[in-house]
Amino acid sequence: MSQAKPLGGTIFTPFFIAMMVVFAIGMYFLGVRFMNGIGAVANINGGYPWGIWVVYDVVIGTALACGGYALAITIYLFNKGQYHPLMRAALLASLLGYALGGVGAFIDMGRYWQFYHLMMPKHMNFNSVMLEVGLCVATYILVLIIEFAPAFLERIGAKGLLKALDKVLFLFIAIGILLPTMHQSSLGSFLVAMGYKISPLWQSLYMQPVLALLTALCMGFSIVIFEASMSKAAFDLDDETHLLSKIGKIIVGLLTAYLVVRFGEIIVHGKFGLIFTSGKNSVLFILETALFVIPLVILTSEKKRNNPSTLLWAAVSMLFAGSLYRFNAFLLTYNPGPGYSYFPSVGEIMVTLGIIAFEVMTYIVLVKTLPVLHKPKHA
Amino acid sequence: MKGDFETLEKRLGVSRRDFLKYCTGIAASLGLSTSDAIAMAEAVAKPKKRPVVIWLHGQECTGPTESLLRSEHPTLDRLILEMVSLEYHQTLDSGAGHKVEHMKELSMKENAGKYLLVVEGAIPTKDGGVYCKIAGTTMLDHTIEAAEHAAAIIAFGSCASWGGVQSASPNPTGAQGAQSVLPGKTVVNIPGCPPNPYNFLATVMHFLTFGTLPELDNQNRPKFAYGRLIHENCERRPHFDAGRFAKEFGDEGHKKGYCLYKLGCKGPETHANCPAVEFNDIGGGTWPIGVGHPCFGCAEEGVGFTKPLFSLADVKTHTPPNQFPTIEQREETSGMTAGAAAVGGAAIGAIVGAAAVASKKLGSSESSDSQE
Repeated sequence: MSQAKPLGGTIFTPFFIAMMVVFAIGMYFLGVRFMNGIGAVANINGGYPWGIWVVYDVVIGTALACGGYALAITIYLFNKGQYHPLMRAALLASLLGYALGGVGAFIDMGRYWQFYHLMMPKHMNFNSVMLEVGLCVATYILVLIIEFAPAFLERIGAKGLLKALDKVLFLFIAIGILLPTMHQSSLGSFLVAMGYKISPLWQSLYMQPVLALLTALCMGFSIVIFEASMSKAAFDLDDETHLLSKIGKIIVGLLTAYLVVRFGEIIVHGKFGLIFTSGKNSVLFILETALFVIPLVILTSEKKRNNPSTLLWAAVSMLFAGSLYRFNAFLLTYNPGPGYSYFPSVGEIMVTLGIIAFEVMTYIVLVKTLPVLHKPKHA
Repeated sequence: MKGDFETLEKRLGVSRRDFLKYCTGIAASLGLSTSDAIAMAEAVAKPKKRPVVIWLHGQECTGPTESLLRSEHPTLDRLILEMVSLEYHQTLDSGAGHKVEHMKELSMKENAGKYLLVVEGAIPTKDGGVYCKIAGTTMLDHTIEAAEHAAAIIAFGSCASWGGVQSASPNPTGAQGAQSVLPGKTVVNIPGCPPNPYNFLATVMHFLTFGTLPELDNQNRPKFAYGRLIHENCERRPHFDAGRFAKEFGDEGHKKGYCLYKLGCKGPETHANCPAVEFNDIGGGTWPIGVGHPCFGCAEEGVGFTKPLFSLADVKTHTPPNQFPTIEQREETSGMTAGAAAVGGAAIGAIVGAAAVASKKLGSSESSDSQE
């Protein structure tokens, strides 16, 4: 039995009601999307078939949901049990992020009523680069549900089931580490398939999976810091800074590896000059790199790493860096040919914000009703 | 083999090379192999006895015959006339009057059960068929009489196939196709107004070569020619799928060669091989839709001469339901709108703001902790 407890307290705080409003607006536009088609809501077009519903909800959303994956590697692969108190909250965030990434893929699908074809071998399209990601993400959502199930089972007091699940849980944890490794690297490999539409500063025929996986892991660890810090600020929880600063140390290693691979690839392929000569793309590249370097600088200093405030800023910068990296590669510097342009419409953004609001609301409801977080000892 | 064709060169006045090219082309339009083309060439070069053809004309404009006469290079009509023994054809007969009618009767008696009957034009049936008479006999009687001992019957053109323009409402003469006045007989229908001569030639060649008729659909049209909708092979189909339509004659879409569906094109409900075979052997999209006019469905019973020219076709194949998103070219998609930028900025600002508040709270709790 874990020491996590439901936080309790009122659910309908002013913040929660504000989230409900955002969610309701998002649902309105989602209704329009299903009544009148994607074209009525989204600005996607023949040149930009992927708008923010794919690039944010799926590509970035699942990377932001890598907290459970990153912690699972640390705890179970490297046997660092001390991080266990962070695990449930991270798993919950992962489950929500992935489930809503799946929803994002569904609403972006032209023939959404054939969604289930993904699961039926006779309908599978083995020529699609998305098949592996689709299957992998769908399976991982199931695995996450099973991994998170103990919190629910503890709440309803199903001790027998809990014991049985405990015996096989290691299997699901192992699969839960394998699957994100597969699809997070594949999400990067999408860029390979897009060839010359991707700006040379973001295109790499060999390193995409590595870059995607390293940034996803960095984002996963950062979201653990972010979510723990925010929860602490919001719910006045136990101080977990000592654990979080150790995670910060892991990020330093991963981030260094990422920057070495990223710049190594650029230099080896003679693309260094493009960093300064690509106009708008140069600005975006430099901004993105700055966002990657800020957490590296903050987290390398032990003093700053142990300060919860600067630690949070490092995590926020890292999350923006990883997101901007994906936005840059998939949308902002993407060039499908002359004449095409894309910027998400209000409706498109509101659908995504509505989904995020739903994530936040579900998180709040579940941590208040299920044993996820650790209550302060003096309370 | 070479020797076989030498006599043919003399007989038909075409070079061996041109003749084999012609046969290969005919075989190709039937979907047959090169060896079948050689079989066809041999069937023409060494005819056991040239098959007799009796050609009747009813209510019509002689369009099918005109179309056939223009079918190929100048050698073609000679080829078709010499390849078969055309013993009765009102437009082409050099004789006239009772003499021709007598020749026809003799020929039909002599070749009973062996001749090929071609019917061109509709057959009036009202009031005993008195609205079309040849040599004092109604077309109805002519047709029934000639069909009695025919080896095969081909209805050439929409009028002969199902009545054509004559059968259009109110149909004062009770015009009908050959098929409906010849119950119990198999009539091969080659509809079209005018029909494509190659569909006729290919059917005849098939009959000459193999002694059988090509595979027919449920309306007795040869499948090789009428097995598919015009819509399926139309060169403008990609525009249909992408939602790009000409909306009136001479508008921008029309000039750009967009789909003519909204101008009433009946391609989506008309079975014919027009887009594949085209007309007049000059290529370059020489067929109605190719030159910018909507198909009016001449080859389809119940469409041509029946539906208004500019009414929307009933799309027989897959029609996208309304809830499908449009897939039109959206190159003019509006870029960033002020509203969208504001919402996006507000979202990013909210995250940074929340982080700032949390960071301040964490910082103050940190300092209060250390003060305690």
